[in-house]
Amino acid sequence: MTEAVVGELAPGGSLPTIVIEPAPRWPSINFGEMWANRELLLFLVWRDIKVQYAQTALGAAWAVLQPLLTMLIFTVIFGRLAKIPSDGVPYSVFTLAALIPWMYFSNAFSAASASLVTSANLITKVYFPRLIIPVVSVLSGLVNFAVSCVVLAAMMAWYHVTPSVAAIWMIPALLLLTILTATGVGCWLAAIYIQYRDVRHIVPFIVQIWMYISPVVYPLSLVPERYRTLYALNPMAGIIQTFRVVLLRTGEIPWGTLGIGTIVGIALFLSGALYYRRTEHLFADVA
Amino acid sequence: MRGLRSLMRSSATKQTERAAEDFLALRGVSFEIRRGEIVGLIGRNGAGKSTLLKILSRITTPTSGRAEVHGRLGSLLEVGTGFHPELSGRDNIFLNGAILGMRRHEIARRFDEIVEFSGVSQFIDTPVKRYSSGMYLRLAFAVAAHLDSEILVVDEVLAVGDASFQKKCLAKMEDVGHNGRTVMFVSHNMMAVTRLCERTILLDEGRVVADGRSSEIVSDYLRSGVGSTAVREWLDVRSAPGNDIVRLRAVRVRTELGETSEAIDIRTPVRVEMEFDVLAEGHDLIPNFHFFNEEGVCVFIAGDHDPDWKRRARPKGRFTTTAWIPGNFLSEGTMVVSAAVSTMDPVVVHYFERDAVAFQVIDSLDGDSARGDYAGPFPGVVRPLLKWTTSYEPIESERLAMSINS
Repeated sequence: MTEAVVGELAPGGSLPTIVIEPAPRWPSINFGEMWANRELLLFLVWRDIKVQYAQTALGAAWAVLQPLLTMLIFTVIFGRLAKIPSDGVPYSVFTLAALIPWMYFSNAFSAASASLVTSANLITKVYFPRLIIPVVSVLSGLVNFAVSCVVLAAMMAWYHVTPSVAAIWMIPALLLLTILTATGVGCWLAAIYIQYRDVRHIVPFIVQIWMYISPVVYPLSLVPERYRTLYALNPMAGIIQTFRVVLLRTGEIPWGTLGIGTIVGIALFLSGALYYRRTEHLFADVA
Repeated sequence: MRGLRSLMRSSATKQTERAAEDFLALRGVSFEIRRGEIVGLIGRNGAGKSTLLKILSRITTPTSGRAEVHGRLGSLLEVGTGFHPELSGRDNIFLNGAILGMRRHEIARRFDEIVEFSGVSQFIDTPVKRYSSGMYLRLAFAVAAHLDSEILVVDEVLAVGDASFQKKCLAKMEDVGHNGRTVMFVSHNMMAVTRLCERTILLDEGRVVADGRSSEIVSDYLRSGVGSTAVREWLDVRSAPGNDIVRLRAVRVRTELGETSEAIDIRTPVRVEMEFDVLAEGHDLIPNFHFFNEEGVCVFIAGDHDPDWKRRARPKGRFTTTAWIPGNFLSEGTMVVSAAVSTMDPVVVHYFERDAVAFQVIDSLDGDSARGDYAGPFPGVVRPLLKWTTSYEPIESERLAMSINS
């Protein structure tokens, strides 16, 4: 029997004891360990944000330009040329209100999927709960999200669009659900990516397809009634539509769509985190 | 005994081929380290030292077996883990400290000490990408050295910086030991191991082959070479390597002064001798040695060029041929020597005794070998001390001024 005991104490000592054993087949997510390492998590988020702005010439301006330029392109192509309806508000505000949660989500999960591979030097040299890595990628996008929210607020003021009162509690709830979904998808992809580098080529397609099956450039009302349930399986469908509804007051909150999306989002989060935990003993060897 | 297994594979195939080349990096390793002990872990490359440290640091997971760690364990498998080139020295101290498991307030409390130890205080707010590699390493080591965990697992990180910084690091590590902390220390630097550690564990092919007082284990290890020694003799001529023409009787490694020895100072010449009996006269025989390093790379082959016996048929009798390898030529580490006698035209290999003897080339780090004052990793299959020349002519001050203006 192979065994090692390191740092054994005289009786009466009260140091924490760690038992190292083969990886269990069905590990738990272990939120407690994540919480114990919250300082490291915040440090890494802080590093990501600081580095992101340190390396670019325009710095924070990109957080403003990225959604604005995309909005411009979409307004010209989908609003002017394709004449897609926009629920009674100017198309530019209509699509920007969707782009903000969408861009946060897509950037978050694509960064999370690459995060393990780019952190190879960390995971082969030091231990910490591995789940921190994709979570950091998801959380460090929040600064850009906040900046782009300011842009949206300015656009809304320009077009005299006032949000509904429900926005006060709905926006944080929607953001939380977006974070959970992005973490779930990010964990799935990151854990597969580190084993099969093909994922790198697949992620851009996932982002593209996912955008078109979400109400970013068109309203939810454009989706035929009989496909709505299927459509609602995409958590971002309910999130984006609700985001737009509470901010631009373009209709009723789609509770059904949002409800199904919430269940799927939480399922993605739990399954992603568990799959990640289940495969994490391989990471240091394949990194 | 079930065995502690880890997936390990060569870097070339690791991305795609999983599970194809699994082998047990460690098996039946069993030991106990008490609180406050400083234990060295030595062994050849691939003996399983790093795997053991990685398992204890929870970087990789064992496939079977169990380990218990009492207390917070800090692992220094590399200095500067997580350092980001765009961030300042100050930011990197906090970041690296957090990655190594320090709390924010602990880092803040020891910040000044860390900066002082590193000696880069002037540049603490400069992005580390502008640091010289020496400054970078010193800062990285300084953070690591101030890690407060009860247990420290250290892999070869002392091999950074110049000789004076190394001395500082060694002293720091001794301090750590005196504070009642438990240290596991992996190194190829036998001097550091004997100096820092009371106890040493020797690993070979994933097993513990010796565990005891450092001085004894280290000298046993150095003496053992790779399972052979500096002297090999074949007492019975009938079973000796060779044929009816020539048979090998002995291979020996000697120091400059003629003593047989497994440990050779990198600065001094080595004599490798081959004793053989010629049983049938009239053959032109060429003794030759093949030198391999511990990675199995053939460093060089040397054939006998003694002018007295070149292209000359040898009479019956016993010959002792000696190859003189100059000092300051071989690289540090193990040299494994194969011995052969061949004939040219037509080529006949009368015997080829693989891995006949082995010896260790040791760099004492006194500063006068080819590595000079640099004490870090020093790759290369040979390490010659070259002749260096410099030409210099002074430039008169007006001409210098002119060339700057133009």
